[in-house]
Amino acid sequence: MTLLEIHEPGETPLPHAGEGSLAVGIDLGTTNSVVAIAREGRPAALHDESGRALVPSLVAYPAAGGVLVGEEARLLARQEPRNVVGSIKRLMGRGEADLHAVAGVLPYEIAPGGGPTDMVKLQIGGKARSPVEISAEILKALRTRAEAALEKPIERAVITVPAYFDDAARTATRDAARVAGLEVLRLVNEPTAAALAYGLDKGSEGLYAVYDLGGGTFDFSLLRLEKGVFQVLATGGDTALGGDDFDRAIAERMLAERRADGLADRVDETAVKAALALARQIKEQLSDRDQASGRLEIAGVPSFHTLERTAFEAMIETYVTRTIDIASHVLADAAMTAGEIEGVVLVGGSTRVPQVRAAVAALGGKPPLSDIDPDEVVALGAALQAEALTGGGDTLLLDVTPLSLGLETMGGIVEKIVPRNTPIPVQLAQEFTTYQDGQAAMAIHVVQGEREMVADCRSLARFELLGIPPMTAGAARIRVTFAVDADGLLTVSAEERTTGVAQRIEVKPSYGLSHDDMADMLYDSLDNAEADMTLRLLTEARVEARRNLLALEAALARDGDLLSAEERGALDAGRASLEAALSGDDREAINAAAEALEMLSKPFAERRMDRGIRDALSGLSVSELETRVGE
Amino acid sequence: MDHFARLGLPAALDLELAQLDQAYFSRQRQWHPDRFVGRPPDERARASIEAAALNDAYRTLKDPVDRAVYLATLKGVELPGDGKTIDDPDLLKEAMEAREALHEAATVEEVDSLAGEARKDTEAALGGLASLLLQDDKPAIRKTLLRLRYLDKFAEEARARRMNIQRPRP
Repeated sequence: MTLLEIHEPGETPLPHAGEGSLAVGIDLGTTNSVVAIAREGRPAALHDESGRALVPSLVAYPAAGGVLVGEEARLLARQEPRNVVGSIKRLMGRGEADLHAVAGVLPYEIAPGGGPTDMVKLQIGGKARSPVEISAEILKALRTRAEAALEKPIERAVITVPAYFDDAARTATRDAARVAGLEVLRLVNEPTAAALAYGLDKGSEGLYAVYDLGGGTFDFSLLRLEKGVFQVLATGGDTALGGDDFDRAIAERMLAERRADGLADRVDETAVKAALALARQIKEQLSDRDQASGRLEIAGVPSFHTLERTAFEAMIETYVTRTIDIASHVLADAAMTAGEIEGVVLVGGSTRVPQVRAAVAALGGKPPLSDIDPDEVVALGAALQAEALTGGGDTLLLDVTPLSLGLETMGGIVEKIVPRNTPIPVQLAQEFTTYQDGQAAMAIHVVQGEREMVADCRSLARFELLGIPPMTAGAARIRVTFAVDADGLLTVSAEERTTGVAQRIEVKPSYGLSHDDMADMLYDSLDNAEADMTLRLLTEARVEARRNLLALEAALARDGDLLSAEERGALDAGRASLEAALSGDDREAINAAAEALEMLSKPFAERRMDRGIRDALSGLSVSELETRVGE
Repeated sequence: MDHFARLGLPAALDLELAQLDQAYFSRQRQWHPDRFVGRPPDERARASIEAAALNDAYRTLKDPVDRAVYLATLKGVELPGDGKTIDDPDLLKEAMEAREALHEAATVEEVDSLAGEARKDTEAALGGLASLLLQDDKPAIRKTLLRLRYLDKFAEEARARRMNIQRPRP
C-alpha cells in the first residue's frame, strides 16, 4: 500500500486532472495564431469581440510603454514600424549564424552581445528581447482570450509546431509557453493536428495526406487513419518555403516596375513593408479573380500596378513544383503511391491559391479536402488532442521523427542511430569501440540530417565520455543510446559497458537549423546519395587503413625483434606506400596498398602469434598443458 | 522480452501485416505516453519505456528483411554489424556488378528494371530463408541475410539514382 507518493520537483501530478481546469489547443503560427477548445469531441476556435478567430502573430512594444499583440499591434505598425515584430516563429531556437537565412525577410535589428551559440535576440522597443519572450506575449494574449471566452482559468495547452521543427525550436516553444504560464501537455506536429480535426469529424479510414503551406513553411505528411488511431507514416518539408515567397515575388516585380518607370526609390524598410503589404492584397484578390491591381506609395510618390493571374502563376510555378517534389519524396519514403491516398487535407492560408489547389488535386487524383477553414484546422486538431489528453476521447496519435539522428564516427562519417520517420517515443542504442590502444576518452558528436558526412549535417551537441580504462584498440564497448520522447525531444547517453563508466547528456542545441542546412537537408540527401556513398567508401577505406597502420606500429614496437633487417625494411616500405596512398583520394589505390601491406606483414603476424602462444604456455606443467590441449 | 513476445505474436518469418498493426495499436493504446499525462512520474517513465520498446518491435518486425535478420539473431545466427564489408566473394562480385549497372543506367526505366530485379531477388531470398531456418543451416542463413541486406541497400541506391535522373540538380 502506498502511503506517500514521492514526486520529482516540479512534476507533481495534478490532483484532479480534467476536473474544472480546461486545456486549450493553440496553433502558434508564423503569420497568425489561433486558440481553440474542444468539448465532447467538438472543437471550436475562440473569437474576439469582433468575431475574429485569427490573431495576427505580431507583437508591439509601443514607445509609450506596455505590450500589444495581434490587431492592436498591427495598428501600431503604421506609426511605429520599428517597434512591431512579426514572423518571430522563424527565429525560434535560431542563432546568429542562422540569420542569413531570413535576411531580407525580417528587417530587424539584432541585439549585440550574443555568443555564436546563443539564441539570437532582437533589439526592439529599446530592449534586447529573445524570440521566446516575444512568442510568450502571443501565447499570453491567446490565454487571455480563452479565459475571457470560457470564463475559467486556463493553465494547460497543446501547442502545435511544424513537423520539421528541430530540437532547438521545440524547446524554445515549450519555454515560451512556460513564460506565458501555460503547461504544455504535448507538442503536436501541425499536419498531424490537422488530420485529427478531419479524421474525427468524418470517422475516415485509410491513407490521408496533409499538405500544409503556410506563410513561411511547407510540410507534407502521410497518415494512416484506422479506428481512432492516427499513425504518421512519413513526413517531410521545407522550413523556408511558403506564401511569403509569393508576396516577395509580387513585391519585387512592383518595385522593378517602378524602376522601369524612372522612379528611383530608396528601397528602405518602409518601402519594402509597403510593397509586401500590397503584394499580399493582390495575391489574395487573385484567388477569385483573373486580375488584381493596387496603388503603391513610396516616399509620397504613388504608382499603380496590375497583375494577371496567369503572370502570378508563372511567378510562383517553381515554388509550387517544389512542394509537389517534396510530396513525392515523402510518398517514396513511406513506400506508397499517390493513387493510394484517400484524400489530401489542405492546411495553411497559402492553400487558398487556386494554382496550389490544382497542383494538389493533380497529385491526389481528386479534389483536396478543404471544408474546414485552413487557417483554423490546426488549432481545432490541437484542441481535440488537448481534450483527449485530459481524460476524454479514445484517439491515439502515433507520430514520427522528421529527420535522422546520428553520431560522428571516424573520418567524419555519420552513423545513423534513429532514422527519419521512426515512430516516437523511441530508444535506440548502438555500440562503438576505441580506435587506439589505451584510448581514455571518446568524443560523442550528435548530429541531425540525412547526409553521410558530418559536415553536411547539423551539429546538435558534443560531449566526451571520459575515464575509459586502458584497453587495446577495439576492446572497449561503448554503448550510445538515443531517446526521443513523445514531444520529439532528444536525450543522448553513453556508457562504457565493460566497466560501467556512464555519462548522460540532454541534448539541448543552442540554436536551430540554418536555411542552408534545413531547407535542403532532405533533398540533398537524395540528390547526393551517390556522391555521398563514394565518399563514404573512400573514408571507410582510409579509416580501416589507418587502423591497420596503427596496429602494425604497435606490434612493431613490441615485437620488432622478430624481424630481420631486410624484412623490416620491406615492411617499412609497405607502410610508406600506404601512407602515400592515404594522402590521395583514390580508394582503389588505398585498398591495394593496404592489401599489399597485409601480405607483407603476414609472416610477422604469424611469428607474433607463435610467440604469444609460447608466452601463454610458458611456466605450465606438462599435465596442465595436456588438460589445456584437451579442452 | 523479444519483439515477437512483446507484441504477442508467434516468432515466425511470415507475418500478417494487419495482425502486426492490430497487436501494435492495441498495446500502444495502453502504453503511449499520451495515456499518462498527469500521472505520477514513475508511471510516466514506465509508459515511455514500454511505448519505445513497442515502437522498436513494430519497426523491426514490419520490414521483412529486418524481421528476417532479427529472427535469425534470435536463433543464434551472428551477423557482422550493419554496413560492414561484405566477406562473401560471390556476393561482392554481384554487388559490384549491380552497382556498376546502376551507375550506367541513364533512364528511369533502366533503373526501375534493375530495382525490379532486385525486388524479385529479395522475394526469392526471403522465400528460401524459411526452409533454411527450419533446417537451422546457420552458414546458409548468414549468407542469405547478408545478401538481403545488400539488396536492401541496393534498392535505396536505386531510389536515389532514380531521383537524380528525374530531377537533375541545377
